[in-house]
This record gives sequence, C-alpha cells and structure tokens, in this order.
Amino acid sequence: MANLKNVTKKTKAQEMGMHTEVLTGRTQQKFFNPDEAENFYYFGTYDVDFNKRTDLDVKDMTAPEANKEIDNLMSQGYGTIVIKNPQGKHSLGVGILNKLNLIFEGSLGYFGMGSCDGPIVRINGRVGWSCAENLMAGKVVIEKNAGSCFGAAIRGGDLICKGSVGARTGIDMKGGTIIIGGDAGAFTGFMMQRGRIIILGDVGINLGDSMYDGTIFVGGEIGSYGSDAVDSELTSSDQDWLKRKLKVAEIGENFDVSKMKKIVAGKKLWNYDNLEPTEKKGAI
Amino acid sequence: MCGIAGLIHRGKSSNVGSELQGMLQALKHRGEDSTGYALYGDTDGKHFIMRFKVGENVGEGSSSVMEDVSVYDERKKIVDQTLAELGAKVVKEERTLPYSLRYEIDYDVKDLLNFSQTIESIPGVEILSMGKSLEVIKDLGNAKAVCDRYSLDKLIGTHAIGHARMATESGVDIKSAHPFWGYPFSDVSVVHNGQLTNYWNNRRALENKGMRFMSECDSELIAVYIAQKMREGASLEEGMKDSLTGLDGVFTYFVATKDSLGMAKDTMAAKPLVLYESDDLVAMGSEEIAIRSVLPQEIDTYDPFDGEVKVWRI
Repeated sequence: MANLKNVTKKTKAQEMGMHTEVLTGRTQQKFFNPDEAENFYYFGTYDVDFNKRTDLDVKDMTAPEANKEIDNLMSQGYGTIVIKNPQGKHSLGVGILNKLNLIFEGSLGYFGMGSCDGPIVRINGRVGWSCAENLMAGKVVIEKNAGSCFGAAIRGGDLICKGSVGARTGIDMKGGTIIIGGDAGAFTGFMMQRGRIIILGDVGINLGDSMYDGTIFVGGEIGSYGSDAVDSELTSSDQDWLKRKLKVAEIGENFDVSKMKKIVAGKKLWNYDNLEPTEKKGAI
Repeated sequence: MCGIAGLIHRGKSSNVGSELQGMLQALKHRGEDSTGYALYGDTDGKHFIMRFKVGENVGEGSSSVMEDVSVYDERKKIVDQTLAELGAKVVKEERTLPYSLRYEIDYDVKDLLNFSQTIESIPGVEILSMGKSLEVIKDLGNAKAVCDRYSLDKLIGTHAIGHARMATESGVDIKSAHPFWGYPFSDVSVVHNGQLTNYWNNRRALENKGMRFMSECDSELIAVYIAQKMREGASLEEGMKDSLTGLDGVFTYFVATKDSLGMAKDTMAAKPLVLYESDDLVAMGSEEIAIRSVLPQEIDTYDPFDGEVKVWRI
C-alpha cells in the first residue's frame, strides 16, 4: 500500500506557498483488490434477488415518493423493478447504491439516475438533462435520445445512449465510458479528466474543449476541435477495445471502428496530476 | 430560470388556450412571477384585435406603483378618442380587468408603426399585441391563475407560445412579462429563456432606427430585433438565423406569426429545449413534462442542437 506520509516531493505550487497539502502523482494510484471486496459496501444497501421481479406505476407519484418506493422494494429483496409511466418526471432513480436491475417503461426528465453506484438500468424512452450525473459504477442504457450534460462528472460505469445527445456530453467526467449511437452536440467532453467517450455519429463544435485527459472516439464528422483537443493515433488495441465495448453496448455491431478518429488532450493547458480527495483517502 | 412552451397544430384547430395552460403549469417551478400567452385564435380575419393595458397589476409581489382605478378610466377615454381620430372603429370592447382591455377594431392599414406610436404616446398605455388572430395575454401569477383570470381555456386556434417567468433582470410587472409583441408587425410574438449580454448596444442601435422598447427586459430585444430584420426585407427564418450572431448571450426563443412557429437556440446550447414533431402537431418546451401535459403517451422527443433554427407552418 502506498504510504503518502513518506512522500516528500514538493510541487512548484507548494514551494510557492499556494497550499500545504501533500499532493501526489499518478504513480500513487491504488487499484481495486478483489481480496478486499467485502470491505466495499454502502451502509443501508440490500441483498436483492434479480429473479424477484415487480412493477411500480409512478404515474401518480412525485419523484421522492417513487424513489422511496424503489428503496422499499429493494429492502424486500426485489432485484428487478419495472417502472411504469415515468412520463418525463425529474430525478427518478437517483441515489441507488445497490445492485439492481431497473427498467423504465418510458421517458425520464432531468437528473434521472443521478449519483448511482451499481445498478443496471434500461430506459425505454428518452432522458432529459444531466442523466446519470456522477455515476460511480453500473450500466445505464437509453433506447432513444438524451438531453444535454449527459453523463456529467461520471466516475465509472457504462452510460449508453442509442440515439442522439445534446450539448456538453461527458462534461467534467472522471472515469467510465459514454457511448453514443447517434450524434452529439457542442462541447462534448468539455473539461473531461478521465474516461472514454465513443460517438458513432457526428459531433458538434468545440469537441473536447479544455480536456485534461481521457479519450474521445468519433465515427462521424467533427464540427470543430476545442482548446487543447488534438488527434491521436488509433492503435490496434484501441480498435479491439472499441469492438468489445460496442458489442457490450449492443450498438454499432457492423460499425467499422478502424475509421474512427481518436481525440486526446494536447496537454498544453495541462495542470492536472493529482488524485481526488476520496482516492487519496482510500490510498492512505 | 424561466420556462417556455409552444405548440402548433397543422391542418386543424384545437383548444390551444387550454393546451398551453397545461404546458405552462407543468413548468411553473421554473418561475411563476408572471405568465404570458400568445394565442393565435380562429377569427374571420376582418378586424384587428388589440390587447392593451392602461395600468399595471399592483397585486402581491408586483414592483409597480399603485394607481387609482380612475386613472385607468381616464387613459381608456383618451385611447378611445385617439382611435376615433385615427379613423379606427371599435366594433367590440371587453374590459377583463380594470387595467386590461381587448378591442376588436375596424381599421384599414398595413403599417402599424404610426398607429402604435400614436396610441402608446398616451402615458401609461401599452399595446400588448395587435393582429388579426394574435392575442397576447400576460399577467402576474402562474399559468392557471392567469388562464382563469382571463378565461383563456376555451380559446380555439392553431398555435400558441407562452412563458412562465422568474424575474431576474427586470421588475415583476406586466410590461416585463413575456410574450413580447413584434412591434410594429401584425401577429408577431416572441418568448425567450436566457440572458442577452449585448442588450444595450443593440437597443441603442434599434432605437436609432425608430424601433420602440417598452421595458428594460432583455428578452424584448429579440422581438424588436426580428421585427427590424423583417422591416429590412428578411423572412422570419432569415431574421432568426441572423440573430444567432447578432444576439450575444444564452438563449432559446420561440417566434410565432399568424401562420408559423419557429425556434432558435444559441451556439452554446446553454438553454434547454425538448421538441416533439409529427405530421399534425409540433410541441416544444423547456422540459419534457410540458409536452407530456398534452401528449401523456410515450412519444419520441429530442433536444435541438446548438445554433439550430426551425420554422413550422400551420
């Protein structure tokens, strides 16, 4: 285990007295250890059975009522929940920190599936702005289109939209994978820090603007590149990874990944080499 | 944060007053300082419909100064005299509220600039809309309150746009509420969600060209800007496309004319819009729940992209 207390190397910013916190670089990354799996759980999560299935009609419920009922059903061991009549309501399915097979028969409004960690979600409709914001792990599949800020600040998991998405997809993302079957709007990958975005269609202006790190793959036309976003070589391992991901995502089965463009950070604006506080805490 | 909504029926009429009320009420959490409707009703097209106000709503939350109702009566008298002097005959008169009036006018003129300037030279009087089918109704409160106050739920027409306002950059009053009439063009109206950052520069330039502003609400600029482009010979769509570079800031706005409805979104796509489009109906709003109030069944909707302009006809 890394011992950050022994790290004495000072950054230029520290030498200038701008902060006193001991910062470390990517060499201090701590990877998940399967032997320690039992230590990774959230308080208040439930042991659910995926074969235990139920429906929940939320037509006459508010979003908090619907979310509370989902929690209640998980507490009863239901591992597969089908939500009927979401009708574009906002903030449905937020804060699920549990293994769960969740299916929405319809469309969601803003902030659907925000701050989740673990569920497998299929939305048979459209989603509004900021779908799956801060997703930590799991898989969210949208069968139709998505609004702006799709997958904002996600840290892990797979977020898949089979249709087209609005502007600022993957803004500030710090991990995970976003896959778009159609087109994407302006500022896709804006300030992304880690993770990967795959767009099979066209993408709007300012792609990857001010991105720190991470990778964007584009199958169609690019409106324009943002600041510090540059082309990179598409390697054979990239292509293998793309094929695997598209297969898992159930889209682009016959898509020719060899013709995709790969965009990365030019790192002229780069000032990013530190673990996040939570990662640092885990490493300590 | 404000909410906008609009719909257009193609090839038929419907109860657009009730439909728009439902859409705007679904967006009331985006602002309920004031709500406004621009409704395009079925008329015989013989007379102009003039919606105008002779005072402000000074109810709870209003930023307007209290006036005695007798002042409104006095202004109405002057309006009536001025209309007679202009050769306009009032064939039907409704006074829904002490400060809000609706006239049907027999008046044979295409250029409404002189007409409007003359009427609005009366202190405290503002024309909310002028057209053969357009009626702009706006007041303080949420969509249902305004709809009930003006009995809008029975209005039959082809298309409509509306606005639920959270006042940010100007007062809580009717003059700052949306929609704005595209003065001096008959049957043109605008609603907007966003902020314009080159308002004063554009306003000074447009005032120098003879255009008028009734409020200090930045959204009014869009109506005047489009109207000026149309005065210069541009089509509605051309004027809207020009606005993408002429207007600075973040915006999604709708423009309606007697037979069309259009939307424009700024080049950063900073303001939301969800759109449903079919052969017989186009419905759009800041959030999908607005559309769901008229189409509760599962439908295909999408977000228009940055810099997009679309226009539909009835």
